[in-house]
Amino acid sequence: MNKPIDSSTTTSYRHMDQSIRKLTDGEERPFPATSSNRFPKLSGSLVAYWFLLPGFLLFALFIIYPMFYSLRISFYDWNVILPANSEFVGLQNYRQMLNDPIFRRAVGNTIAYTVITVPTQIALAVIVAVFLDQIAHWKTFFRVAYYLPVITSWVIVTLIFEYLFNSQAGFINYLLQDVLNLIDAPIRWLADPILVMVPINLLGIWKGVGWSAIILLAALQIIPSEMLEAAAVDGATPGQRFRYIVIPLLRPTLAFLLIVLVIGGLNVYISGLLLTNGGQPLDRTHFVLTLMYKETFDRLNFGGGAAISYFLTVVVFVISVVQMRLLRQRVEL
Amino acid sequence: MILDSEKQWFHRAMPYAVLLFGLLIVVVPFLFMISTSFKTQQFTFEYPPRLIPQEVTLRNYQRALSTDQFALYFANSLGVAVVTTLSTIFISALMAYAFARLDFAGKRVLFYLLLVGMMIPPVMLIIPQFLVAKRLLLLDSFAGLIVVYVTMNLSMQTFLLRGFFEGIPKELEDAVRIDGGTRWTIFWRIILPLSRPGLATVAIFTFLYSWDEFPWAHVAIKETTRRTLPVAIALFQNQHLTQWGQVFAASTVALVPVVLVFIIFQRYFIRGIAHTGLKG
Repeated sequence: MNKPIDSSTTTSYRHMDQSIRKLTDGEERPFPATSSNRFPKLSGSLVAYWFLLPGFLLFALFIIYPMFYSLRISFYDWNVILPANSEFVGLQNYRQMLNDPIFRRAVGNTIAYTVITVPTQIALAVIVAVFLDQIAHWKTFFRVAYYLPVITSWVIVTLIFEYLFNSQAGFINYLLQDVLNLIDAPIRWLADPILVMVPINLLGIWKGVGWSAIILLAALQIIPSEMLEAAAVDGATPGQRFRYIVIPLLRPTLAFLLIVLVIGGLNVYISGLLLTNGGQPLDRTHFVLTLMYKETFDRLNFGGGAAISYFLTVVVFVISVVQMRLLRQRVEL
Repeated sequence: MILDSEKQWFHRAMPYAVLLFGLLIVVVPFLFMISTSFKTQQFTFEYPPRLIPQEVTLRNYQRALSTDQFALYFANSLGVAVVTTLSTIFISALMAYAFARLDFAGKRVLFYLLLVGMMIPPVMLIIPQFLVAKRLLLLDSFAGLIVVYVTMNLSMQTFLLRGFFEGIPKELEDAVRIDGGTRWTIFWRIILPLSRPGLATVAIFTFLYSWDEFPWAHVAIKETTRRTLPVAIALFQNQHLTQWGQVFAASTVALVPVVLVFIIFQRYFIRGIAHTGLKG
């Protein structure tokens, strides 16, 4: 009779129940069921659900449900106007996607972007962070300045790059032709499917360095200075100290950055969309997500778009799991 | 001796030299944006390009804010960002408190579920979110923007606040409970006031996220008068390819709150990034 109603539904509660039994040694419990010993837990549980309710309602509606909904759509020739009239097509959207040369090219562009921007960002961020750590004056000023591109919206920085890389009178062409004398004629950066990747990749690096640098700086500041001083006393050069003390201690942070930046790189979107005007010329400058956008919202092929986005989701997931495994091993060594 | 001190001087100056060079690369694009926003149309593509305008004009700003309606878009962005920020703080603080202090069935499962939300890149949810919002009649409305923005921020901010709440001594809560206070009293009177730095961090990141967000606003809003700044700027540039003065006047105006928020709350910002890897 006195058995709590939900003792079987919750492990932690059952655990507590058992410990109370142990306490009372199988005798009549010292407290009736309504005692304060018992109910904080139960009412605590109920209160907790009230605290969680608004958040998980949103979460279920706009993250969990969409995750499954998207998978379902990817197996249909989805009818946006009348979803009931959608036709189940099995794996056809995925097959079409994999056989589409435009998609393959988009994947290539995306991989190239990731391979180029991620290591460059990390390398530059290490340099910036190490020097930020060494200086005594203007620390805040430099930190704020380097962080400016990070907090500026992608739209604005993309438009600035579009302006600077203008083929007629852009600053970059002026710099290359008249100041550095590296080229004879202005380069048409934005009209060529290969050349347009230059401003897009440079933008990715330029915008991201500050963020990685701040994270690395935080990690650098934890390194005990006695360690470096001791090494210096023992005759280690600055280069050796960096190589054998700083880098190993930064490894977990570098691993974290690598994972986050790779995921970010594969998700390149706004800069590509705006600088190539949605994949022009001839759909040769797409990234995976700009193609997803075009397929879905221009061609209204929601099934095909969902297949592309699911493909990327799975790739990102696999990469992050594999990377985490590999890096954890290396970090522990 | 002289050689030694010279060497020392070099070692001390080198970091500044490198950082200043990097600073130039970081800042020059912004300087071009600001300078072009003050140039007259005929000088936006002068050759050679100049950083200091020969002729300074405010016309781009007047045009952008009045005829091009950027004052309206600014207000839209501000309203959406403020409501998003307040809602995110409130909802994620509620969740964080439950995870930090309360015992309940399924705590671990729910917490892992929440962490899943941090691993999904947002753009991938756009298609189903669009269809859900369509069915709930949330397309083309500020509510549709806010609801999605709040949701996309929940996981990270709950995670961050949970850490803050766990740092608050439990004895304070016990005292309130002995006096007969409810969980709500504890949350509202003790936890929230004591977590101001944490709430500030959440506020800044959420505000900037909402202020800068493009992909969702781009697909969810078709009605011209409800556009937010990033969408309005991108579409304006797309339609008026040569009006760089106005494009950059609008961009400069859009950047002012971001820079202000960042400079004022710099220390919360750095801490937030360093502790959680939040992205600005």
